Amino acid sequence: MTFDRRKFLLDTGKLLVLSASASVAWEAIVAGKPETAPNYTMTDHWWGMAIDVDKCIGCGSCVRACKAENNVPLDPMYFRTWVEQYRVNPDDMDHPTVESPNGGYDGFPFKGAPDSDPKAKHFFVPKLCNHCADSPCTQVCPVGATFISPDGVVLIDKDYCLACRYCVQACPYGCRFIDPRTMTADKCTLCYQRITKGLTTACCENCPTGARRLGDLKNPNDPIQQFLLDHHVVVLKPQMATGAKVYYNDLDGSVR
Amino acid sequence: MSDLFKNKVHLVRMAGLFLVGIVAFVILRWWMVPKSFGEYGHYRGAALGEIASLPMHYAGRAACEECHTDIVAQRKGSPHEQIGCETCHGPLLAHAEAGGEPKPALPDSRQLCPRCHSASPYRPKGFPQVVVADHAPEGQCTACHNPHAPKIS
Repeated sequence: MTFDRRKFLLDTGKLLVLSASASVAWEAIVAGKPETAPNYTMTDHWWGMAIDVDKCIGCGSCVRACKAENNVPLDPMYFRTWVEQYRVNPDDMDHPTVESPNGGYDGFPFKGAPDSDPKAKHFFVPKLCNHCADSPCTQVCPVGATFISPDGVVLIDKDYCLACRYCVQACPYGCRFIDPRTMTADKCTLCYQRITKGLTTACCENCPTGARRLGDLKNPNDPIQQFLLDHHVVVLKPQMATGAKVYYNDLDGSVR
Repeated sequence: MSDLFKNKVHLVRMAGLFLVGIVAFVILRWWMVPKSFGEYGHYRGAALGEIASLPMHYAGRAACEECHTDIVAQRKGSPHEQIGCETCHGPLLAHAEAGGEPKPALPDSRQLCPRCHSASPYRPKGFPQVVVADHAPEGQCTACHNPHAPKIS
C-alpha cells in the first residue's frame, strides 16, 4: 500500500467538505425554537388570497391602505399592490388597453359619459404578490435574503438584501421593486405584522366591496375554502408553474 | 512499513496546516453567520420576528366597533354596513390605542365618494354610480346622504 501526497490531499479535502456540510445539516436538525409572535404557530397556517374581479370597483382603497400601513414610497410611486384598468376591444381581444395611473392610488376617474364605449369590455384587476409556493424570486436570491416563510408568505430580510435586483427580474408578475430609501428589494409582505396577530391585511380590511379576501388555506373553516369551491378560480400565469396563491374569480383571458 | 512513515514530518506539517484551516473556518463561521440562520431554511430565522413586529397603522373595524356602538347601529342593514371604518376615515390605530385621541379629521366627501360612485363603464354593472356633475354639481355629498346609511327613503 502506497500513500502519496496527492491521495492524502484528496482524502483530507473530502473530510473537510463533508464535515462542513454535516455541521450545516446538524444546525438544521437541532433548530426548532418557538416563534417570536405569541399565540401564533407558523406551521398552522398557509396564507393565500381570493380576489373577486366582478366585485372590484376600482376605488383604489387597497392601494392607499397598503401605502399607509406599510410605508410604501410615495415619491417616486412604488407599489406593493396596485389596480389595473382593462379595456378589451372586440376587434383585438388579445391586446387589451391596460391603464394604471398612479397604480390606482387616486382611483380611476372616468372622463366622458359612462355609456360612451358600449362595444368594449371593461373591468378592473387588483394585483399584488402572488406568494408563490415555488416562487422564482426566492430561488434566484444569492444571499438568502428572500424566502418563503413556514406559513407561505414570501418575505425579504432587509438586513441581508444587497439590492442585486435578481429577484426583481425573476418575478413574472412584476411585484418587486428596489426601495430607493433603503436600497433593498421590497414587496408585499401580506401585512405579516397584522396576520400574525389575527388581523386581516390592510388591503382586505379596507376593500369596500369585499373583492379581496385573505384566506388561510390550511384552515378548513376559513371562508376561502368555500369560495374556492363555489367559484371557477384561476391564478395568473399558470404556465409558469409558480404555485401562485392569489386566486382570481372570473378573470378575463386577456389579463397577463 | 518503515517506508510508509519515512517522511512523516511532511504528514504532520500538512495535518497541522489543515487543522489550523478547519479551526479558522469554524471560528469565522460561528462569528460571521447569524445564530438564527438556517433555523427554518436558507435564511435568517430572526427576520420573521422582525417583520412580524413592524408597526401597524390600521386598527381594524372590530376595534372601532368596541366604542362606536351608535355608528354600528346606524350602519345596520345599510349598503355601507360591510365597509371597513378606516376605508373612509383613514388609519386610526393610534386613535384606538390612546382611547380617542388624536381625533381624526372628517373626510372630504367631494373627494371621497366619487372614488367609488362616479360613473364609469369599468365599474361592475349594477353598482350604484352617478355622473357627479349632473347629480350634485356642488356641495358636500353628506348634505343629503348619511354616509353610514346612504339610502334616502
